[in-house]
Amino acid sequence: MGLKRINTIDELYHLSSDLKGLLDIKKGKATVSRNIEISVCGGTGCHASQSEKIKEELIKYAKLYKVDDKVKISITGCFGFCEKGPIVKISPDHTFYIKIRPCDAERIIKEHVVEGKVIEDFLYTNPLNNQKIFSQDQIPFYQKQHRVALRNCGLINPEMIQEYIANRGFLALGKVLSSYSPSKVIEEVKKSGLRGRGGGGFNTGLKWEFASKYQSEKKYVICNADEGDPGAFMDRSILEGDPFSVIEAMIIAGYAIGADEGNVYIRAEYPLAIERLSLAIAQTRELGLLGKNILGTGFNFDIFIKYGAGAFVCGEETALISSIKGNRGEPHVKPPFPAEAGLYQKPTIVNNVETLANVPVIFLDGAEEFAKIGTEKSKGTKVFALAGKINNVGLVEVPMGITLREIIYDIGGGIKDHHEFKAAQTGGPSGGCITKEHLDIPIDFDNLSSIGSMMGSGGLIIMDDRNCMVDIAKFYLEFTVEESCGKCTPCRIGNKRLLEILTKITEGKATMEDLARLEELSNIIKDTSLCGLGQSAPNPVLSTLHYFYDEYLAHIKNHYCPAHVCKALAKYQIDTSKCIGCSKCARSCPVEAIEKTDIPAKNPKLFVYRIKEEKCIKCGTCASSCPMKAITL
Amino acid sequence: MENNKEKFDELSAYIDSLHATGHELIAVLHRAQHIFGYLPREVQEFVAEKLSIPVSKVYGVVTFYSFFTMEKKGKYVINVCLGTACFVRGADQIMKAFEERLGIHNGETTPDGKFTLSSLRCVGACGLAPVVQVNGKTYGNATIDTVDQILKEYEGD
Repeated sequence: MGLKRINTIDELYHLSSDLKGLLDIKKGKATVSRNIEISVCGGTGCHASQSEKIKEELIKYAKLYKVDDKVKISITGCFGFCEKGPIVKISPDHTFYIKIRPCDAERIIKEHVVEGKVIEDFLYTNPLNNQKIFSQDQIPFYQKQHRVALRNCGLINPEMIQEYIANRGFLALGKVLSSYSPSKVIEEVKKSGLRGRGGGGFNTGLKWEFASKYQSEKKYVICNADEGDPGAFMDRSILEGDPFSVIEAMIIAGYAIGADEGNVYIRAEYPLAIERLSLAIAQTRELGLLGKNILGTGFNFDIFIKYGAGAFVCGEETALISSIKGNRGEPHVKPPFPAEAGLYQKPTIVNNVETLANVPVIFLDGAEEFAKIGTEKSKGTKVFALAGKINNVGLVEVPMGITLREIIYDIGGGIKDHHEFKAAQTGGPSGGCITKEHLDIPIDFDNLSSIGSMMGSGGLIIMDDRNCMVDIAKFYLEFTVEESCGKCTPCRIGNKRLLEILTKITEGKATMEDLARLEELSNIIKDTSLCGLGQSAPNPVLSTLHYFYDEYLAHIKNHYCPAHVCKALAKYQIDTSKCIGCSKCARSCPVEAIEKTDIPAKNPKLFVYRIKEEKCIKCGTCASSCPMKAITL
Repeated sequence: MENNKEKFDELSAYIDSLHATGHELIAVLHRAQHIFGYLPREVQEFVAEKLSIPVSKVYGVVTFYSFFTMEKKGKYVINVCLGTACFVRGADQIMKAFEERLGIHNGETTPDGKFTLSSLRCVGACGLAPVVQVNGKTYGNATIDTVDQILKEYEGD
């Protein structure tokens, strides 16, 4: 796109001030011009709902109505409000349109742009008072959020480095290269209190310090973008919405530890993130901020993309390194830690995407400012992928120390279909659940571990009374068994045995001895597995055992699943007071398990029906055929 | 496989273009799967030969990663997301419905080579859960009716 290389720090500052006005309209500042910018969400969810097509249609109609010279239409990163996607935001007035379809494009151009009218049908309705909400910042979903890592998502066009620069992009790098020594960079990161957002929660500055202490002519910075938690998509959203901040942070990290090469290890299943990241790296290189002699300081650094191929265990740093080398992604025993002998046996740091996205802010605003957000030992914010039985599914970034109650009810808009909250699972297959009694605990790394859960990478799955906790534990174990690399015995065989016991429980075939064995084996696997995957795999079991022991007992002793999820324990019954004797169920039953009784129905000529339990195969056909909804579990 | 000379030539050229470091196996397999659509034995042997490494190592890597497949995929690959968000909203029922209607299990291909049924973990569209993808096209808020609609949409082809 014809980017002119910048050779000095002064040139960077000049470019930055030249581009400063670029985002004025999107930020709502412009009053002089009457220009309008339309941002269409290009996040994964909206992308899947044809947001690209919406953009094309908008461009088409802008031409048709001859307003294409005053409207700029572009794709941006994730707005986070995935439940209401696709999102279309119009600036400078910040009108926030939800659930837009390609066929709505004409109305947006004609009514909003040409006639200057706000289209009420497309606005968000506040479910509390049924009032239409005009702009993004008034929507309750956004009011308790604090965007640091996602600061550019939904603002900049992720395919244009100029827009990143316009929002203070690369100024942190300029500051670091012009006035910080590597050790001062590390001091600053330590002072900020930033901890790894990938799950471990290790102090980032400390990690950098370890790697900087080892002498070596070659060192590596690795960005771990192998997001494997099924139900977490924040890293992907950052790479898709703001790849530049990750690049800038990697350069700063390289300078701090003395590395000249960075690798982004990313899942091949993330094609859009790969495309945007590749483009961003190319643009950064063209500008001279990657490569040799960056900004004339003599510092060299370049970034390469390495593809993962779908293995959860590769989120573990030693397994990841093994995978980059082209091998099976099997972890090895630590020490030596990667900081001493990592990629190709050289000192290496591995940081997660979200962690890196925070780094430039530490230098832009200062470590003290950054540390003002959050709790005593967990600084800054955390991005959660809020999903499950919640009204507002989406990506939310909240300050550490917020309570689960605020996330679920204020931001998330409460439980779907007015059901009752039962538990929230954090940390995915490695984590545990948070129950009703802990709704008001301030969320941070240490509080979550103290109640048997963990921060994890940021999946936050909400469950209600329709979810069976034994079934959920089984779901996670199935995942772990599938993803275990097989290197160490406790994980490879132990988890399989755990899954077998859980399956027995959900089928009503387990005994109390099995339950005791389940707990014992869980603890053995935790204590003896080689890597984080195995050590944390039994967590969902232990956590549900601890908080939902009654549910386990109900399955074992009463052969009853309180949430009516476990099919093998289901018993279909016909409510004789509702049955009208129409015989539809009996006719639809594939195994002739329904028979007529001699109890008369409302119409005395007809008789109510009953299900012969010994014959029933629990297929549920009768329940869906009943016009009176008289057949239930 | 004999008719695939062009494909093997393309793979060969790609391998030759790489700066040999001894660490390029996964990158090569990505390219090979892109070219052939899957990684049958012949392709694995070819890769081993070209990179001068044992076939067992290639096989070990291919079977380790879920992205690599040794089976030829059907014309339409139906992916049911079994990530947690989709699971708690009933994705397992969607999978079961596909299995029943197609008469195959998760991971298998119909005998006529038309449909492959498989699962993936979180496509990042949790707002649309449960999600089904067919050759990359996404169907959100899937129900049993969606299953029938999808099959109808592609069966005509």
